[in-house]
Formats: sequence, structure tokens, C-alpha cells
Amino acid sequence: MKKAFRNDAIAKVTGRAKYTDDYSMPGMLHALPLHADRSSAMIRKIDVSKAAKMPGVLRIITAEDVPGEIKYGQIIRDYPVLAHKKIRSSGDVLALVVAQTRAEALCALKEIKIDLKETPGLYDPHQALLPDAPLIHPEHGSNICNYHRVRTGDIATGEKDADFIIEENFSTSRVEHAYLEPESALAHLRPDGVMEVIGSMQHPFSTRRFVAATLGFELKDVEVRTVPMGGGFGGKDDTAALVCARAALCAYLCERPVKITYSREMSMKESYKRHPYDISYRMGVKRDGGISFVQVRMVADSGAYCSVTPWVTWRSTVQCSGCYEVPHVHSDVYGVYTNNIFTGAFRGFGSPQVNWAIEQLVEIAAEKIGMDEVEFRQKNMLKQGSVTVTNQKLDSHTVSLKEVMDKVLTEIDYNKKHELCSFGDPSLDKWYGIGFAISYRGMSLGAEGVDMNSAIINVQPDGSVLLESGVHENGQGSESAMILIAAEELGLPVSRIRYRMPSTSNIPDGGTTVASRGTLMGGGATTKAAEILKSIISEAVKDHMGKSVDRFEDGWILDDQDQRICSWDEAIRLCYSKQIYPYAFGVFQAPRVSWDEDTGHGDAYFTWVYGCQAVELEVEPKTGKITILNMVAAHDVGRAINPDMVKGQFYGGMTMGAGYGLIEEMPLREGAVTATNFHQYKILRSTDLPEMTAIIVENPDPLSPSKAKGIGEPTLEITAPAIANAVYRATGRRYTDQPIKIRRDSEDNG
Amino acid sequence: MKITVNGVCHKLADDMGARLLSDWLREDLGLIGTKIGCGIGVCGTCTVLIDDLAKRSCLLKLSDLQDKEITTIEGLANADGSLHPLQQAFVDCGAIQCGFCTPGMVLSALALLLKNHRPTRDEIRQALKGNLCRCTGYQQIIDAVELAAKKLYPSNQISI
Repeated sequence: MKKAFRNDAIAKVTGRAKYTDDYSMPGMLHALPLHADRSSAMIRKIDVSKAAKMPGVLRIITAEDVPGEIKYGQIIRDYPVLAHKKIRSSGDVLALVVAQTRAEALCALKEIKIDLKETPGLYDPHQALLPDAPLIHPEHGSNICNYHRVRTGDIATGEKDADFIIEENFSTSRVEHAYLEPESALAHLRPDGVMEVIGSMQHPFSTRRFVAATLGFELKDVEVRTVPMGGGFGGKDDTAALVCARAALCAYLCERPVKITYSREMSMKESYKRHPYDISYRMGVKRDGGISFVQVRMVADSGAYCSVTPWVTWRSTVQCSGCYEVPHVHSDVYGVYTNNIFTGAFRGFGSPQVNWAIEQLVEIAAEKIGMDEVEFRQKNMLKQGSVTVTNQKLDSHTVSLKEVMDKVLTEIDYNKKHELCSFGDPSLDKWYGIGFAISYRGMSLGAEGVDMNSAIINVQPDGSVLLESGVHENGQGSESAMILIAAEELGLPVSRIRYRMPSTSNIPDGGTTVASRGTLMGGGATTKAAEILKSIISEAVKDHMGKSVDRFEDGWILDDQDQRICSWDEAIRLCYSKQIYPYAFGVFQAPRVSWDEDTGHGDAYFTWVYGCQAVELEVEPKTGKITILNMVAAHDVGRAINPDMVKGQFYGGMTMGAGYGLIEEMPLREGAVTATNFHQYKILRSTDLPEMTAIIVENPDPLSPSKAKGIGEPTLEITAPAIANAVYRATGRRYTDQPIKIRRDSEDNG
Repeated sequence: MKITVNGVCHKLADDMGARLLSDWLREDLGLIGTKIGCGIGVCGTCTVLIDDLAKRSCLLKLSDLQDKEITTIEGLANADGSLHPLQQAFVDCGAIQCGFCTPGMVLSALALLLKNHRPTRDEIRQALKGNLCRCTGYQQIIDAVELAAKKLYPSNQISI
């Protein structure tokens, strides 16, 4: 058995790995936030007089104390570091208590008196869209945070071509990221005037912007360093960055190191969730099985703040018709402000919602015309050279949709098991069902934003290697992947390479480690840096030893006759002795993408991945209990750099996706979360899951320097619809609202 | 009051009794491998062994632990610094991602292996039920526990 590789495994398995809360500094203070706990109000007065006299309390900080920008944001600057005059969300922070100990800060929080006037809140995005609805952010001019669309072909023609028109509404739930490590940050002002921050956040550069904006500093005066992070899944961007900014604010005002560590309750109350969507589809189908048109309207609840809603909903727009060829498409996608707890980035990023709907809709359509769901998908799916609904031709890489689907259906023996499905047979006390779903997914950011990354390889005089990239270790093993790529390129064992924990002051901003872009973009930059380094070393060897280098292998520099010219270490010594730095800075810029906001046309992403998942399950008609019996997934990853970690992404994504379909839903009351810890917000446990099968498909991508694509998000985005399709074949009923709550016959009569 | 942690006996003043075990381990003894994920005994990241049974340290007060023997994740590695076979199995099977659940997961698994030398995969799932993991889907963790059982107790036959 080839053993898994992780550079951080030993530190983590021995308990030595230090996460943010495990750090402390001499003279360090502790701060905690006071949450609004109501979703819409005007702040009249925050009375801190009693709290300020509590034991151990040094200072209580409110919005008036912020030296820089009170509001910040990645797209729209609407997210307050501390609520100022107005409360828009129950997660707003009204004040920060800084005390000698965390316990003292916790006691003092209770003594802050808030005088406020509650105002009517908006908790339904459809109401927020009404013309007379009050505005959440009057300065924005509308409760529509953003709008995207696709206009392809002509719907009237599509309607004429259709033999049947299917109309169906779907809804998806608001989901908690449930990373196991709650937010934490530790900040201190260094003697050189730099605010140094460590934190449980997944985007050091975004965090640096939040910190700098809050303090009114330039970016050069803030240094964000990374330490191990206990899970993110997209959820440790805005809120986590603000927790860092608040720690920095406290450290700046108190002139002492300050740590903020959230309780689980604080984390669930304040952090953003996955966008719930309401999706209305109309689909035209022809008797021969062709899809003639898709018309869709999606409303995504952004909650009180924008966060990355325009980007999340953009992905939904691009992928609005699923992985199918559709000649006529008309989509309208709205991100809408409400007073609900806000929503933002979450693994999948606007695709799980669409897939939940479209992967059920195609089966409804297939059944309508009496075609089986496999054949229907095969007929309509994107193939090599297909043109997507946004008018992008898929010809730069292998379009492997059929390959992944065939692999999964063969592995799970779909055709045979299909005949065993119960379809709600009343004579049975257990219903069996099997189902699957397929998807394509645009890789990396696409036309969402600037998409580049860099890596530095700095070879030391003894031949050992320091590597860093603009990719953040979220727990997924990105550092290990970068090390493996560099090791292969340089022909060195991984033991010679150390991944240097990056700091925002040492490497250029490489964008967020999101969008399954870590291995693709960071790996691309690492490959480029390795190529530059090899040419530097090869030139030195040529100039000073007179020999042409062919390749780097097993610690040796070889010529084209397979003869060893010199060892790696000798070559490095040669470089230094000849005043040549064996140092390389590699950049990978994503190939060109394009987007026209008006037509919704463009080469939205420079490459795509393809996946299929199937699920077998059992439903107990009496209790409504669903038991998953088996899950199989195949995903095309381009190239698997670290196969065990790729499998870990499969299993983790499928598990999270299964929870999304079956149980996960963050309940709200007047915009505020009512589940604040894991006894109320449940995620799947080891006993809730079957054995899973991961099939890694590798079609190397010509546009990726490392040939690898991504895997983090694809694994999550189709599990829930696969479950829904299996539940349909078990129960004979479609569940279009998610999570699935099995209706029992007695409930139907009520 | 005496409490033994990883083989070291600690004598405590009586007024320490109300202190939570998790806080004492992390803050007073610097044993930061014990993590706090929920603070209410639901997520399992604070799991330690108390007389070889897996317990949630965030729910226990020191006064409940008189004369008990506690093992934290820091107490598992061998004296020469090499990994315990269970830890090594977690490394080899790719059972670690963000690592925040790992210490608690390892200790819950160890408690199982101490009393059941050749657990089935279902028994492993049952034993790890109290430990949440959001990254791995548990599968490679279960692989690791299975592998560790084989390494630790090679002579045991598979129980049916």
C-alpha cells in the first residue's frame, strides 16, 4: 500500500499542531463580542458604564472607536465591523469587551445595556422584492443585491418545439458550515508598527484587507500569518476576517496583544450560511428526448449583507441548465437582501442548489416522455465539442461526462438494481431506491474575478528547498499537494522540501483558496516556478561544467544519455559558488475567460470538471427514516496529485452532500438562528453513513501546468439530488424541497 | 486532590475542583491537543481517556477526577518519540485533513481497541459516533482503526 502523504500529519496526530486559540502571548488580553440577537432595529444608546466596571475589564469598544472604515466587504462594502446606529442582522456585533481573561469578558458582556428601537424586519426574499418593501441598505437603492441572466436562443421557439412543458418549483435550505474549530484570532502591534495577525481564516489576503480597512492602515502595515485551521469549507472568509479585524482593533486601541476566540454559539449566531434558493423551472421536451428550452428564475436569500452573493449566484447563472445542451435558455437569478442571517461562500458555491433542482427535473422530463433517465441524460448531456448554454465551446479538455456516468452506473450495477426499486409499494415495510446525478463544474473563479497565483522556490545552500505559494492550507492538504508537485518536478524526495507557512508580506496576493482552485492555481504556479528553477540550474551546469541537462531525477541531474552529470546538491553548491541564486518565482495566470452581463454569454471558465454520484437507500414508510446503504462517486480530477487526499475529498464531500439532502437546515426565527450548537444543528455522524466508493478519473488537462484540476466542491454538489432521485424510486414521490422530509400517508390526509 | 495525566501525578488545591478538565489541560498544563469544538459535550473534539474510557473533558470538573488516570493525545507517542501504531495508522491511511477532530478521534478509537482487539467496521463506527468530523466522511478514519487493530494485535482472529 502506498502511504498517504501529508506534511502536517504528524503534528496533527500527536496534538502538537497549534491552531489559533492554542497560541498566547505575554500580556495578552481577551476580547468577546456582544451580538445584537435581533434582526432589525435602530440603536439609541449602548450603555457600557456598568460593564466597564466589572472585574478585569480594560475597555469596551463600539463603532465610534473604529479609526478606519466601519463597513467593509469583498464586493459591496456593507458589512460593519461593529454595528453603527442600525441593526440589520441578529449577527451584528454591537460592542467588544476587552478583559484580562476570557471568563471576565464573558461576565461583562451581560452587563452592557442596549437601548434600541425595533423596526419591522424583512425575512422573506420575495417580500423584499416588492416595490414598497423597506430598504435594508438605502444607499444601495434596492433590495436586489445583484442580478444575472442568460439569454440564449428564443423561448417562444423552444415552446413551439416542445411536445411537453414541465413546470416545477424547488427550494434549498440554509446550511451551517459546521467547521469544527470556531473562529479565533490573535493580533498584536509589533514594535515596527506592523499589525500582525494570526487567525482561523481561509483567506489571509482578504483578512489583511479587512484589518487594514478597519484600522485605516496601508496593506504593507498589516501582516497576516497562517496557522493550521480547523476546517473552513468556504465559511472562513468574511466573518473570520472580521473577527481578525476586531482582534486587531482591540490590540490597536489597548496597545496589547488581544485574542478573540468564539464559542460555538457565537460562531453559529454570526457566521454566514449557504444561500437558500427558491427555483422555478420550466422545461420543454420533445418526444424524441431532446430538451427544447429551459426557463428558470432563481431567488437567493443573501441575508443582511452582500458577502460574495454576486459571485455565488453568477455560478448558478452559468450552470443554470445543468450539464446539458439546451438551444433556448432564459434565466433570471437574483441575490436579495433580507434581515436574515447573511449567506456567503460555501463549498459548492451556487451549484448544489441548481443541481438539486435540475437533476430531478431531467428525470421528471424523461418520465414524462417515457424514456429512461440514463438514456435521456446521454442524449442531452454535454459532449466533446458541445457548446454550453453560455455559448462556450468545450474543446480544450476532455469532456468526460459519459465516462464518469458509465463508471458509476457499472460499479453500482444500476440497471439491475433499478428493477428492485419499491416506488412506495404499500405491501412492503421497507422501501428500496437507487438514484444518481451528474454535473459539470467550471473550475476556479472564472469570469468572477482576477485569477492568478504565484509560488516561490528558494533552494538553500545545502540543497534543501523552501517552497511557498499563494494557496492557503484549509485542512484539505494543499501544502502536501504543492510539495508533491515540486518534488516530482525537481526529482527530489518530499523530505527535502519544506512548505513555508506563508505570510501576506512575503508572497503576492494569490486570491482566495476557494472554488476548488488550490491545486489547479497553486499547483500551476509551483510547476511554473520549478520550470524556471530548473532552467537556472541547467544554465549554470551548462556554463560551468559544459554539459547539457536533460532532466532532474532521484536527486541527480542527468543528460540525455541517462548519464549523471552531478548530484542535486552539487549543482546547488555550484550555483552558489558562481553567484547564481537557485531561486524562482513562478506565476500561473488563468487562461482568458469572458462574460457579457447583458446576454449571459461567454467562455465563463477556462476548464471544467465532470462528475457522477449514485446512492442506494432504504426508507421506512412508518417512521419516514432514510438509511443510506451505498454511495459511489466518479470525478474527473485531471490528474490526482495525492490520491489518498483526493479520496478524502470524495468521502468528505459526499458526506456533507448527504447531510445537505437529508437533514441539514439552519432554522431561523425573525432572521436569527435558533440552532446555536451541535445538539440542535446536526451533521452526519459515523453511524449515519455507508461504505463509500471513490472512482478517480484522470484526463490530464492541457491548460493546467500540473495537469490537475480540482475536487473539493464537485464531490458535494450532486449527492443530494442523487439521494432525492433514489428517494423517488423508493417512495414513488418527488421531494422538491430540501432537506427531504418523508411524508407519511397519515399526513397526506391532514 | 490528585490527578494523574499522561503518567505524571498532579496535586491540586481543593479550590480547583470547579475548574473544567478541558480548561485545566489546555491552560494550566499546556496540553493543547485537547480541542474545544462545542463546549457542551456533543462534538467529541475534547475527548480524553479516563481510566481507559473515552470521556468529554469539557463536561468534567476536576473534583470528579480524584485519583483518576487521564490520557491525552500528548500521552500516546512512545518514549522515543515514535508514533503509537494507532497514530501511525491515521497518518498512513490519509485519515487526517484539518486535524481538529483528530486527537479526540484517536482517543475514542484507542478506547475501543483497548477492549476490542478486532472490531468490525460497524463496531468502529459505533465507537466513533460521538466524534464529529466535517472533513473526511469518516471512511479513512475507520480504515485507520482497522489497520491499527491488525498492527497492534496481529495474532487475533477476526471475530464473527
